[in-house]
Amino acid sequence: MTGPAPSPDNRPEDRPEDRPEDQREDLRQLAWRVVAQVVDPEIPVLTIADLGVLRGIDVKDGRVEVTITPTYSGCPAMNMIALEIELALGRAGIALAAIRTVLSPAWTTEWLTEEGRSKLRAYGIAPPKRGGGRRSLFGHETIACPRCGCDDTHLLSEFGSTACKALWRCAACQEPFDYFKCH
Amino acid sequence: MRRPQADKEASLTTTSITVAETPIVLYALRRADDALILGHRLSQWCGHAPMLEEDMALTNIGLDLIGQARLLYTYVAELEGAGRDEDSYAYLRDAPQYRNLLLVEQPNGDFAKTIVRQFFYSAFADPYWRAMTASKNATLAAIAAKSEKESAYHLRHTSEWVIRLGDGTPESHVRAQTAVDELWSFTGELFEADATERELIRQGVAIDPASLRTAWSETMGGVIHEATLQPPAAAWMQSGGRGGRHSEHLGHLLSEMQHLQRTYPGARW
Repeated sequence: MTGPAPSPDNRPEDRPEDRPEDQREDLRQLAWRVVAQVVDPEIPVLTIADLGVLRGIDVKDGRVEVTITPTYSGCPAMNMIALEIELALGRAGIALAAIRTVLSPAWTTEWLTEEGRSKLRAYGIAPPKRGGGRRSLFGHETIACPRCGCDDTHLLSEFGSTACKALWRCAACQEPFDYFKCH
Repeated sequence: MRRPQADKEASLTTTSITVAETPIVLYALRRADDALILGHRLSQWCGHAPMLEEDMALTNIGLDLIGQARLLYTYVAELEGAGRDEDSYAYLRDAPQYRNLLLVEQPNGDFAKTIVRQFFYSAFADPYWRAMTASKNATLAAIAAKSEKESAYHLRHTSEWVIRLGDGTPESHVRAQTAVDELWSFTGELFEADATERELIRQGVAIDPASLRTAWSETMGGVIHEATLQPPAAAWMQSGGRGGRHSEHLGHLLSEMQHLQRTYPGARW
């Protein structure tokens, strides 16, 4: 390899003398930064990186291949997310080869990042219980109200505005709120 | 799931397809058809459920099932390698080519019948998908890992409703009991396996549905008892859906579901 060692300020186009694998890695990282900012159309405070829906990015012949995983089997947001990825890469001038959907390992709410959980709470959605796993057939859950933090809450509807949420109400502040179901 | 448009057009301008049913294709197709037909039945409740919460519940359960069907049909398309996609299987097969259980195509009836039908199915689907996560077929195991959590939620929701209806008013009790009695003869098919499936079971690709009967009966018995309902006496069981011998109800369902593609072949939006 010739030329100066790359500094963090160097952009990929400034160093055409770089080895191909460096360029590929730069493009991969740039694409990751772009794609990681795509938000969930149903819960726009969460990016697909926060959700754990974005699984990986590969670069092949100067084009990127994005790998995503669905949350729920029938989540209608997946088509929209794929379209948003395509548009975001297009705006950044990055060529997209394909968007791959993988099922394994299966997405669970454990894939949500800590940052994602905080964002959910701030948005008024109670984040999923940690380590919930499988419950007994009629198990009862305690969900803290995302507004006042009170534990005295009640389930209003097991199915909410989207496939991933249930509707609850807080007995202390009387506010209804969404709960991101443990899955 | 993304294919060049030309391919897609070619597959949908055909008005009817014949699937090359290798054992694994047939196996996946049967589960896909169960999920699609039951999901479609539930979608018919949209805007008609007795209350808003149940309107959301039934359509959300339907959405999960249609999602499972999409994953399975996409896998079938991959196995066939004939340039088809999920839509080809849903829209371009006639009733005798459908491989779903007779239970899932039964009409919605009243709310009690829809709930009991879903309960019978979910009480099977929950342990079924959980067992299938150990399948030696990686794709089926991955689909199972998604489906089992959804099925557990469906089972919980419908169990609560069976109890609420059975142990509710005299009117809801009678309706729940009638639903249990009417649908009972369609539950035997859940546990059947033909020679093709027995070979897949031997290979560790499929699981033996008969091994789930105890778990199913226990869930069933517990909920039926708590609901103050009477379990039906042993009865002759209906069978035939896996081989394409359906009740007349499936044809009506398909004529509605496939109407657009049949009338305007290749239509897209």
